[in-house]
Amino acid sequence: MSWEIVIGLEVHVQLNTKTKIFSGSSTQFGAEPNTQACAVDLGLPGVLPVFNEEALHKAVAFGLAIDAEIGKKSVFDRKNYFYPDLPKGYQTTQMDYPIVGVGHVDIVLDDGATKRIGVTRAHLEEDAGKSLHEDFEGFSGIDLNRAGTPLLEIVSEPDIRSAKEAVAYLKKIHSIITYLDISDGDMSQGSMRCDVNISLREKGESEFGTRTELKNLNSFKFIEKAIATEVERQAEILEDGGSITQETRLYDPDKDETRPMRSKEVANDYRYFPCPDLLPVEIDQQYIDSVSANLPELPDTKRDRFMSELDLSEYDASVLSSSKALAAYFEQIVDVCKEPKLAANWTMGELSSALNKNAVEIEDCPVPAQDMGTLILRIKDDTISGKIAKQVFFAMWEGEGTPDAIIEAKGLKQVTDTGAIEAMIDEVLAANPNQVEQYRGGQEKLMGFFVGQVMKASKGQANPGVVNKILKEKLQG
Amino acid sequence: MLNKTVAELAKGLESGEFSSTELTQEYLTQIKSEDSKYNSFISVTEDHALAQAKAADESRAAGNTTPLTGVPIAVKDIFCTQGIKTSCGSKMLDNFEAPYESTVTEKLNAAGTVMLGKTNLDEFAMGSSCESSYYGPTKNPWALEKVPGGSSGGSAAAIAAGLAPAAIGTDTGGSIRQPASFCGITGLKPTYGRVSRWGMIAYGSSLDQGGPMTQTAEDAALVLNAMAGFDSKDSTSLDKEVPDYTAKLSEPLKGLRIGVPKEFYSEGLNSDIAATTQSAIKEIEKLGAVVKEISLPRTELSIPAYYIIAPAEASTNLSRFDGVKFGHRCEDPVDLYDMYTRTRAEGFGDEVKRRIMIGTYALSAGYYDAYYRKAQQLRRLIKDDYVKAFEEVDVIMGPTAPSLPWTIGAKENDPVSMYLEDIYTLSVNLAGLPGMSIPCGMVDGMPVGLQVIGNYFDESLLLNIGHQFQQATDWHTKRPA
Repeated sequence: MSWEIVIGLEVHVQLNTKTKIFSGSSTQFGAEPNTQACAVDLGLPGVLPVFNEEALHKAVAFGLAIDAEIGKKSVFDRKNYFYPDLPKGYQTTQMDYPIVGVGHVDIVLDDGATKRIGVTRAHLEEDAGKSLHEDFEGFSGIDLNRAGTPLLEIVSEPDIRSAKEAVAYLKKIHSIITYLDISDGDMSQGSMRCDVNISLREKGESEFGTRTELKNLNSFKFIEKAIATEVERQAEILEDGGSITQETRLYDPDKDETRPMRSKEVANDYRYFPCPDLLPVEIDQQYIDSVSANLPELPDTKRDRFMSELDLSEYDASVLSSSKALAAYFEQIVDVCKEPKLAANWTMGELSSALNKNAVEIEDCPVPAQDMGTLILRIKDDTISGKIAKQVFFAMWEGEGTPDAIIEAKGLKQVTDTGAIEAMIDEVLAANPNQVEQYRGGQEKLMGFFVGQVMKASKGQANPGVVNKILKEKLQG
Repeated sequence: MLNKTVAELAKGLESGEFSSTELTQEYLTQIKSEDSKYNSFISVTEDHALAQAKAADESRAAGNTTPLTGVPIAVKDIFCTQGIKTSCGSKMLDNFEAPYESTVTEKLNAAGTVMLGKTNLDEFAMGSSCESSYYGPTKNPWALEKVPGGSSGGSAAAIAAGLAPAAIGTDTGGSIRQPASFCGITGLKPTYGRVSRWGMIAYGSSLDQGGPMTQTAEDAALVLNAMAGFDSKDSTSLDKEVPDYTAKLSEPLKGLRIGVPKEFYSEGLNSDIAATTQSAIKEIEKLGAVVKEISLPRTELSIPAYYIIAPAEASTNLSRFDGVKFGHRCEDPVDLYDMYTRTRAEGFGDEVKRRIMIGTYALSAGYYDAYYRKAQQLRRLIKDDYVKAFEEVDVIMGPTAPSLPWTIGAKENDPVSMYLEDIYTLSVNLAGLPGMSIPCGMVDGMPVGLQVIGNYFDESLLLNIGHQFQQATDWHTKRPA
């Protein structure tokens, strides 16, 4: 039987506000447990929440970036359940009146086609603390530093049809939130986490199948694997004539399997109701307009501009605009060298492969974009050849200095002095009389052999154009 | 020194007749010798009080005073006070010391008042009799076998018994006004949002409001001056200028339009209370006011509306008492579920459990629309009735409570009959209006309160009416033998 995969995603994004969503505590990651939790975060008796306007601003910016309706009146609700890292016994969230309504995100599929994924809503809520089960004999530790960190929960329509599409959608969300600078997007620190709703249905069927939810996935790789694993599991059950149980499951990356969460971890009735401690958040068009006016350039706009202004291919423009940091790096190179095509080749070629090989993020790239620009300038002004440039780049990567310093120190400057090159050519021709004979006899492909010999003699530093020109003259001579 | 009003004490302190330290010592001695009869205090904060009194005397010597500098007050044990136990009348918080100060007590501290101690209350302010406290019931100084009303019964009893010249209470459905009525004192619940709720342990967050409990309307004005005002820590507090509440006390009542809702004088009202409050209204009429019968048709519905909304909010407000971070935790839990269930079973009393269950039920999937949503719709209608009434009248008057204080324990097994006692006060909280109870007569040797309900932010008018009435009558000066 042929199955269609139906996926909807709930993405939790930690907003990078200075302070928490309802208190003045810092949101910094990695502090000693419970040092960034004030009375409000601890839910002590008598404390009250005060909504952080910065979180509102960031949520509205996201809404505008995905072309969504902005809720002019949004309401915070209490979602009630007991858990030790939920200090008040309820999470403050938004149920019926979210800050961001219906919007959409466009993703590019493997075949280059664009697909539009609907966003149902995005709402603001507070993050819970963390339970630490390993460090205390017979006890669980609770760290409430994270409690009250603002989250934007972005809920997609069930428009996603494969694990690849899911990852493309997530990467797009990641790109938007980092472009907007509303989150650091650091998945390893939990700044972006994802719940995946998956169901299967027969191809052509219009009704949805029963879904399962995979909780708390926090890397693109795991998400893709988790979906594949869960799809396989569901397909096997359905093929055998079984039915899917609607439940929440956890993905175990070590065993590459999903399994149901214990029933105690799943609350049934959250008893949502409007939080009486917080007034509805009301914003006017003027507020929305002011956020809109200050939005930075977004990935899609940047991609289009790279194509129209810098004459890049759609593929290159998409890759280079996919990450804010990468795009910024690339644009800095172009600023220096004014050679967009070369800059694109270098960024997506040598630089990207060095980053990948060393598992370094572009943000931590040891080579300053300024130096990459200079390197390209040196190719352009014939100081070095493209081949030598690679050698220079590796030295730059190793921290040996600026391109000019490296070229100087290693004596890599291209030889363009025709006299010196002529002398080398004469030597090569004298040493290979047979080949000269054959060439003159019509075997013109031997040209490559002579160029190679001369370049070797020059240790790669002879200008290949000059070598070619003089060789031709001499051989035809 | 005892049995003086706040205004009189302020004069005595100002003139040097006595110092705050002498005054405070006097009250502390009185509390020590007398409170075992009433059980109006949970904690007497002697050292703290004497230190505050000393500081008040010093600042007076330095010429640095407010109208309340050095005046002792008692505070309901629902306001968090830094480093001093705040129990909320519950075993759950018997060991709780807040690391922060409530805005109300912080403002009172800034005004130079001296906190004598923390007064008894129904557990988590849930009750109309001050019987459900973990620390035992408070007794009515007018008749020790009777309840003092609740939930701010400790504050009301302390004043009636002469153990404090003034006190702070909170009112979610009548918890300032009804004990004021039962104990023969003046109590004012301000407009919702007038007084900050920061540090005031929440019962029904959309209804809770702190206010003064005093011997006179003039005193209530003095204390409210120190309590009221916008607080950036409370999103529901209102950023509106605070008038000097004493400024209009002496204005004549000529032309004042009083509305008397016929629903406040129907079935269920003690006929002597009806007569007493009616003659008080006549008294005010003599001062130049015009009385008119009005209708608040949804008065009766305020009981079901309130007893859905308040427990619904309470059920989630009280979720934080789970044994994890503070307060009571059961001994040797075997697992998390055991810790939750035993901690809460042991830490909460029956009435609190009852309201948590009512509220949980009302918010549950499948019942939300029938209960919580319906109650919110009723709440809007009740508010609309008041808004309409205030188009025709300036204030609304009637009895504060339908019955006289009952015998302690009499309603123990009949919670609904106790809920019905709140009929005249609940709608004021549901609408968010200010309401005041002032002593207006005696029935069977027990005081009776007249409730005066004002339009939003009309506290000045209520206090003006209270003061004028108290200039013309002496019910407020009566004290138990």
